[in-house]
Amino acid sequence: MNSMQVVAVSSPAKAVNERQGITRWLISTNHKEIGTLYLIFSFTMFLVGGTMALCIRAELFQPGLQLLRPELFNQLTTMHGLVMVFAAVMPAFVGFANWQLPMMIGAPDMAFPRLNNFGFWLLPPAAILLIASFFAPGGATAAGWTLYAPLSVQMGPGMDMAIFAIHLLGISSIVGAINIAATILHLRAPGMTLMKMPMFVWTWLVTAFLLVAVMPVLAAAVTMLLTDRHFGTHFFNAAGGGDPVLFQHIFWFFGHPEVYILILPAFGIISEIIPTFSRKALFGYRSMVFATCAIGILAFLVWGHHMFTVGFGVGPELFFMYATMLVAVPTGVKLFNWIGTMWGGSLTFEAPMLFAVGFILVFLVGGITGVVLAVAAVDVQLQDTYYVVAHFHYTMVAGSLFSLFGATYYWLPKWTGHMYDEALARCHFWLSIVFFNMTFFVMFFLGLAGMPRRIPDYPLQFANFNMIASIGAAGFGFSQLLFLYVVLKCIRRGKLAKGRVWEGAVGLEWTLPSPAPKHSFATPPVIE
Amino acid sequence: MLDTSVFNFQAPKTQIAHQIYDLHFFVQGICAAICAVLFAVLFYVLMRYRKRPNRAPMRFTGYKPIEITWVIVPCLILIVISVPATRAVFAMKDTSDPDITVKITGYQWQWRYDYLNEDIGFYSALSTPREQIDNREPKKENYLLEVDHPMVVPVGKKIRILVTANDVIHSWFVPQFGVKQDAIPGFIRDAWFRVDAPGVYRGQCAELCGKEHGFMPIVVNAVPEPEYVAWVADQQAAKHAALEAGTAAAAKTFTVEALKSDGAKVYTHTCIGCHQANGQGLPPTFPSLAGGKTATGAIAEAINIVVNGSTKNPAMAAWKNQLSDLELASVITYVRNSFGNAVGDSVQPKDIASARHEDK
Amino acid sequence: MFGFGYLLPPLYSTVCQLTGFNRLQSADVVSTNTRANAKRTVLMQFDSNLRDGLPWKFRATQTTKEVHPGQLVSVSYDVSNDSDRAISGQAIPSYAPTGAAAYVRKLECFCFSIQTLAPREVRRMPVVFLIDTELPSDVRTVTLSYTFFEVPGRRG
Repeated sequence: MNSMQVVAVSSPAKAVNERQGITRWLISTNHKEIGTLYLIFSFTMFLVGGTMALCIRAELFQPGLQLLRPELFNQLTTMHGLVMVFAAVMPAFVGFANWQLPMMIGAPDMAFPRLNNFGFWLLPPAAILLIASFFAPGGATAAGWTLYAPLSVQMGPGMDMAIFAIHLLGISSIVGAINIAATILHLRAPGMTLMKMPMFVWTWLVTAFLLVAVMPVLAAAVTMLLTDRHFGTHFFNAAGGGDPVLFQHIFWFFGHPEVYILILPAFGIISEIIPTFSRKALFGYRSMVFATCAIGILAFLVWGHHMFTVGFGVGPELFFMYATMLVAVPTGVKLFNWIGTMWGGSLTFEAPMLFAVGFILVFLVGGITGVVLAVAAVDVQLQDTYYVVAHFHYTMVAGSLFSLFGATYYWLPKWTGHMYDEALARCHFWLSIVFFNMTFFVMFFLGLAGMPRRIPDYPLQFANFNMIASIGAAGFGFSQLLFLYVVLKCIRRGKLAKGRVWEGAVGLEWTLPSPAPKHSFATPPVIE
Repeated sequence: MLDTSVFNFQAPKTQIAHQIYDLHFFVQGICAAICAVLFAVLFYVLMRYRKRPNRAPMRFTGYKPIEITWVIVPCLILIVISVPATRAVFAMKDTSDPDITVKITGYQWQWRYDYLNEDIGFYSALSTPREQIDNREPKKENYLLEVDHPMVVPVGKKIRILVTANDVIHSWFVPQFGVKQDAIPGFIRDAWFRVDAPGVYRGQCAELCGKEHGFMPIVVNAVPEPEYVAWVADQQAAKHAALEAGTAAAAKTFTVEALKSDGAKVYTHTCIGCHQANGQGLPPTFPSLAGGKTATGAIAEAINIVVNGSTKNPAMAAWKNQLSDLELASVITYVRNSFGNAVGDSVQPKDIASARHEDK
Repeated sequence: MFGFGYLLPPLYSTVCQLTGFNRLQSADVVSTNTRANAKRTVLMQFDSNLRDGLPWKFRATQTTKEVHPGQLVSVSYDVSNDSDRAISGQAIPSYAPTGAAAYVRKLECFCFSIQTLAPREVRRMPVVFLIDTELPSDVRTVTLSYTFFEVPGRRG
């Protein structure tokens, strides 16, 4: 961001009414504590979702059915998707938003602290409901995380539990988004205009609007599913004048902006890390802001590219193809700006920077395969194959997840006051990026060769690449335990961290001591 | 030498598949070039601008000419890609003037092919034995890609397919044809292909449709036209023969042993996926037939649930359209007298015929 | 309030009947003065499907017909109830290519209302339609497909 002078720095507020024990966490209205709760929850769910993935890859290690019955396999693929998207990645980004946004804009806390607490505490019951659905008669829903009707109408009570869980998760996201937008728009320190905000704040502003716009659409889709299941409606049933494809339209009108919700905060994080470790301000700040807004708007116009094989006429098929290809332009602008930031800088490669550079490399692969998929005629061959699985894991794992790891290492010293173990963190990076590519790069070839998604067993020509992917998955999965160890170790002890942890770090949060006091910026700083 | 074919689409065998193959090569080439350039720039930057003691970082934060260039150039590249891409979409959607029309219906979990003008139709289900899937026997060459009754089409003719489904969404996908069409229950959607060369072409269902989604493949035999015409004649003759046999069977009374023996074959082909080889099923969704209440209870209930399906559990389909009277009679008799059941009675084809007319 | 809630089902039924909302399909508005385009021919195909295990037989009397856009066409479908009980069904039409749906204007169709067949009844049902002359010129084959669904709660 542009250079900024902080004229007055607040003095930490006196600690008032320090609660202890479980009450402290149950009724906290402090953005740092709630941020911590979000992050602990999301990492726990990440391990749960990851275990499901390891079960899936274990079954797919060889042709034939060895470990799982097909219906259980489908339950696992469905729940892996639902857990990772709604209970791991989204809450993680909200956790970072909670911790960082008030500090980055010089605000004492979020705009609605009690709503903040409510938004978090919806999540554990939702997660319990989702996991408990495995034990419902018939098991968890096995319709894929996309829940297409009429298959999802056929599912047992586990589907209803998942619908209820999705409602709770949706309400949590919506109130969180309202809180974030209100905080950003109204609690910025005097002198911090919109065009002086850090990029992480900008990306969260756009994300918040996307969330408020589309989470209700998902709620509508699953509610219509609920009434089709139990209350005699025919939204998705031709017999009553409905259409199964209607579900797809509604779901993907939510679903496509959802994937941008999952990646925009990641872009914001990368835009914080790269300037710091390049010791150079972000290249093209204005165009970054415009690109973010452009992606946010285009997100609403492309949902049909998930439906290229349902039988659109030429007109809609072409429209969605062109609109989808267009999204590559602002995304490219961001990528070029990051490279432009590093150009002429003074680069060091601590763990956050490793993850940020790794992000650029792997997100490039993910994004460019999105352009391939956008070409409707080619998508006819690739839709519902492992090419798509590879594409979205490159963007969401290499994308969102790597940015979350980078952000953790980047801000953990600020939060805890200790430096993390740099050698182990670098180890975590290298293990992750090597095993990640081993797992998912071969899936592009599986998709090209015609292997469909969501199958527990496969023809013999797909065997070799599946074996490689399963080995990579095991390596990737167990490497994440190293991350857990590094984080826990850093919380307990480590080299003391300065206020300005990183030499090149610029921003209000770095003007605070490390660890950041529980109440920061009780008096707003003045920005020039 | 490395077999590069494992890194690309299966060999295209229709005009559309060729078009897609070439289009993909073109787009992929552009994308690979972009990736190579960007990777090179990135690695250059990572090496060149590492922190060095006597060099301060530069201070520029923008440069208009390059910022405009890297918006314009990607747009131009996209326009270049969209020209052949648009042509391919038009070609894909041109289903007019077919030589042959085949209606393809997706079921849980098999396909049905109806040749509308030739008035023949048949089901096509996975024929890989369960023993291979359960790793009790070695897997043969076309594991999971073989069916009992393939679709047959003439080479060189425009085949228009009307795709629909009976229950949930499926998708008919044959990679070498470049065809994938979702099967939406209650609606038809069309697509087309013209096969270049004779051969056996294999594909799989490409939309999650339940537990056997991975076990409902597609096999298409493309044959020279005279062979196709002969095959159609054979199918029509077989249809007449089956009708006559059905009428004959309706009057006949079969022994329990004969029914059980036929029933075992029907069971292995149709029931085993859910109710398992030992008849114990996977309760609660797939009840056990061994000592099962309905299976061994009143005969009318047993017949009704097989013929008309279960009103409570949608996983139990109505088999009356997919199995003949004789097949239904055999399999019910088999179940009632196997897996430790010893009800001792039998069901005759004429019992099934009257059950069809009653229809609960 | 409870009474009002109780009144809603009959209220909804009446409103739907008066407004026609409960008709899944209704006749298209067609100008009486359409002239057929004799220079153009479209191949129509007629397909039929049964769902829900309906114990019916349902077939078009002819599977194909060459028509001119603008020409009034009449085709028929045979349906028979093979069971011993009266059953009601609703036919839902579908078109391929999907874009052709807007150009097939139906004046009379058995899909406009629920069809109740007595036990063992056999019926021949007409469909009267015309293809709008505005049908895009690159569409030369159109398939009209019906699927009969059972209307529950109307057995016996």
